[in-house]
Amino acid sequence: MSEIIFQIDGRVVVASQGMTVLEAAQKAGISIPTLCHHEKLEPYGGCRFCTVEAEVRGWTKLVASCLYPVEKDLVVRTRSQKVDRIRKMILELLLSHAPDAFELQDLAKEYGADKDRFEKEPSFCIHCGLCVRYCAEVKKKNAIGFIDRGTRREISFIPEIASKECWDCKECFPLCPTEALQAAFVLTKALAFSLY
Amino acid sequence: MDKDRVDQIIDKHECEASSLIQILLEIQSENHWLPKEALERVAERLQVPLTRILHIATFYTAFSLVPKGQHEIHICQGTACHVRGARRVLDTVQDLTGIKPGETDLDLKFSLETVNCLGCCALGPVMEIDGKTHGNMAPAMIADVLKKL
Ligand code: SF4
Ligand code: FES
Ligand code: FES
Repeated sequence: MSEIIFQIDGRVVVASQGMTVLEAAQKAGISIPTLCHHEKLEPYGGCRFCTVEAEVRGWTKLVASCLYPVEKDLVVRTRSQKVDRIRKMILELLLSHAPDAFELQDLAKEYGADKDRFEKEPSFCIHCGLCVRYCAEVKKKNAIGFIDRGTRREISFIPEIASKECWDCKECFPLCPTEALQAAFVLTKALAFSLY
Repeated sequence: MDKDRVDQIIDKHECEASSLIQILLEIQSENHWLPKEALERVAERLQVPLTRILHIATFYTAFSLVPKGQHEIHICQGTACHVRGARRVLDTVQDLTGIKPGETDLDLKFSLETVNCLGCCALGPVMEIDGKTHGNMAPAMIADVLKKL
């Protein structure tokens, strides 16, 4: 596999073809914050929190580092005014849905995000898809999925599958960046009322 | 809808997972809604997880997971129809059928839905019933149209 040499935050980084910027950075010990990324799962690009500046032949663009493939002579900046502003905005939007999420609160401190900037609409889910994708890709059970769309999108368990699989697994609960209990709540509801 | 009919539709599409939406659309148009048993059968035969089918079935407004009336009324609330009195058309239909947008009456006769532009603005205000377009609707004409169904 051919080696690709490029730069992250002024450091020369060596990666192999097909790696994403995020993978290369992690390998080089450079941290880029993520919300919807999980090493065992396919790249998803849902939260955009891993946005970085990528400069190619003098052109700078903003890309999701968990999706963007490395290329020769790429110059990546993981922090900049622009990047920080974007991450701050993402946090403020997400905090209106999940105001009590510790992970988001910690990041909010770092990026100076105001958790009360937008009106609260606590749905507790930030649609990172970690639980849904973990269940599908790693456990291959497909007990939980998304339903509806846009602002009404939410997670939902298939009661028949959940009643067989979930109580002994629950591996998706700790993945949730907002509140592990959210999934537990929806699961209980699904089993109790067999919605749908 | 019986299982054999669902199977026939699936067979017609050669049991291809890539035809999922087509299959769902056909069940929807024949049956007016997607019963749980039908979705489970589709999932089983196409080897597609039920979670994905539900995601799709709840994503597109063309699909319904609850029974729909025999006649589907779509009333345009797009800009052109709006300025030509779409609101009054909607109010009249609501009065006559006793249901609001998104609802179905108890006899399963009508389902009511609003849409944003049916693409024939010159005919506004427009109402579409079971795919047939009724243009230049005046509130006084609506009772006649509904009675003829
Ligand atoms: S419930 Fe949690 S893990 Fe699942 S999509 Fe929502 S935020 Fe992500
Ligand atoms: S971690 Fe890259 S988009 Fe969510
Ligand atoms: S606005 Fe009603 S058809 Fe275009």
